[in-house]
Amino acid sequence: MKVLVTVKEVREVDDEFEIEGTEIPEQYLEYDLNEWDDYAVEEGVQLQEDGVADEVVAATIGPERTEETIRMALAKGADRAVRVWDDALEDVELLDVGAKARILAEVVEEEEPDLVLTGVQAGDDAFGATGVALARKVGYEWAAVVNHLDLDADEGVAHVHRELEGGIDELTDVELPAVLTIQTGINEPRYASLRGIRQAQRKEIAEQSLGDLGLSAADVEGELELTDMYEPETESEATYFEGDAGEQAAQLADLLRDAGVVDA
Amino acid sequence: MILAVAEHRRGELRDVSLELITAGRQLADDVDTALHVAVIGGDVDRFAERLDRDGVDVIHTVDHGEEFNHGVYEQVTVQLVEELDPEYVLTPNSVNGLDFAPAVATKLDLPLVTDAVGLTADDGTLTVNRDMYGSKVETAVGVDADQAVVTIRGGDWAPAEGTADAEVRAFDAEVDESALGSTVTGFEAAAEGDVDISEAEFIVSIGRGIEEEENLPLIEALVEATGATLASSRPIVDNEWLPKNRQVGQSGKVVTPDVYVAIGISGAVQHVAGMKGSDTIVAINTDPNAPIFDIADYGIAGDLFEVVPELIEEFGGEVPDV
Ligand SMILES: Cc1cc2nc3c(=O)[nH]c(=O)nc-3n(C[C@H](O)[C@H](O)[C@H](O)COP(=O)(O)OP(=O)(O)OC[C@H]3O[C@@H](n4cnc5c(N)ncnc54)[C@H](O)[C@@H]3O)c2cc1C
Repeated sequence: MKVLVTVKEVREVDDEFEIEGTEIPEQYLEYDLNEWDDYAVEEGVQLQEDGVADEVVAATIGPERTEETIRMALAKGADRAVRVWDDALEDVELLDVGAKARILAEVVEEEEPDLVLTGVQAGDDAFGATGVALARKVGYEWAAVVNHLDLDADEGVAHVHRELEGGIDELTDVELPAVLTIQTGINEPRYASLRGIRQAQRKEIAEQSLGDLGLSAADVEGELELTDMYEPETESEATYFEGDAGEQAAQLADLLRDAGVVDA
Repeated sequence: MILAVAEHRRGELRDVSLELITAGRQLADDVDTALHVAVIGGDVDRFAERLDRDGVDVIHTVDHGEEFNHGVYEQVTVQLVEELDPEYVLTPNSVNGLDFAPAVATKLDLPLVTDAVGLTADDGTLTVNRDMYGSKVETAVGVDADQAVVTIRGGDWAPAEGTADAEVRAFDAEVDESALGSTVTGFEAAAEGDVDISEAEFIVSIGRGIEEEENLPLIEALVEATGATLASSRPIVDNEWLPKNRQVGQSGKVVTPDVYVAIGISGAVQHVAGMKGSDTIVAINTDPNAPIFDIADYGIAGDLFEVVPELIEEFGGEVPDV
């Protein structure tokens, strides 16, 4: 069976940053493999190690810079990768869920995987919806927020736990082919070994443009526009304890004693 | 009209359903239209009674199945949208909401905006406020379309109150059972274990700022010296450094202690969902812009590895070597 894992390079904001218009300037940003996707990659690689999957393909939407991130997925064990990028995507400020799903759907239709693993959400824009939208687009079955997977390849069923609110799991049987959105904690993502990193250099990253996928700029424009970005309003006026660590600790200790929660 | 799809689980309407009514009513007032609520599956008549709150005009009951099934919810919602032609469809931004709303939007080729914390409509343009970058910034997203699907964050709108006399209509949906590819076979609750942190009066909670499992004894020493109950954010539990029953948040426990001290926790929305009801919140974090400070009453913008040892000494504890 073939597994496709979607991975995204996410932007992370430094502790100190500024907002310019609807953007955070480049100098305050760092890039990393999306936390949730790291678990999705691990799940795919484990399926391969268990002999359930024959091939694990990573797919991403991102500019050339993201090759560094997608190589991390390859170093952890994915066999090869597809990277979709296009000048038309360069101009899109907010790539919405529909556009992402349309692009990834073309990749899925080309690769015809039996199982697609995505992260529950991306740490930066946090829509949390691309996996399910993709499934519907390609007519696959799906399950969102999966924290346990037991795949029965012969029966063509994924027995999954979906993590609901409040520590309750929903036990669900999902027919393959399917898209599962993977939750953190489902496994223990490995660190790439030196050998893995070396091997990753030789693995294929196929670049595809929108045109290669049979799409045009109009397919990715979307109806959403980022019109403003600002610091969230604070709900409380926090009192900050000033001074050095010792002084701060002393003030906090007084607070805890006054609140009557510590006697010491 | 605005169409809001309520959520229930194991025989109970979830609170977010009543919050959805408040959000939906506000939006309906903006566009000067009616608010319709749909409830799919379960004891729909009983649910309809509870959903009959101020501001609701019509409640559509769809008597099909007991529990949530995304295929059923998708099919029924699509049929409701085709029949009623609402401007906006609202669902909770819950685990189940995110299991069917994207499918509805894709099926109907509508724009989707998730995790809304604010909604305004003006001259046919919808503006949705939502967070990015782990709540470090908030954004406004303009939706340039006549119809859209929006999921709303739980706990951000007040639950609707009062009683209305909404018209209750049984909606005769046609569910194609053969198209359902997922079957819910049961539910399982996380093991309770040794403590119930939801009962605690004083919680010291640790997050990813602790960096390594080897550093945990520092926090354990603080807990020891103060008699606090130890809790954590999710990554600590994902890493199996602490058991699941210590996790605070959306997928863990909701806690309401007198004092909650969040150490090295950024304040992601799913964490805050579990502790914002604490009487007094104290945050210790090196990042002065961490969202946890937005809900904290007291803050120390500082390094836990410097502050915590001092705090342990304040209470006469032994500082471990980490
Ligand atoms: C469906 C779903 C459900 C979820 N459920 C939960 C849940 O129930 N509970 C939960 O907690 N999360 C939950 N999450 C995860 C959540 O989104 C966050 O990823 C998580 O809360 C982050 O944990 P954290 O604050 O410990 O880590 P981070 O966000 O990484 O924050 C670490 C913080 O430590 C600070 N720090 C670093 N070093 C130091 C130092 N030396 N001293 C002081 N501070 C320092 C940093 O500035 C940072 O603010 C859920 C996510 C999803 C998608």
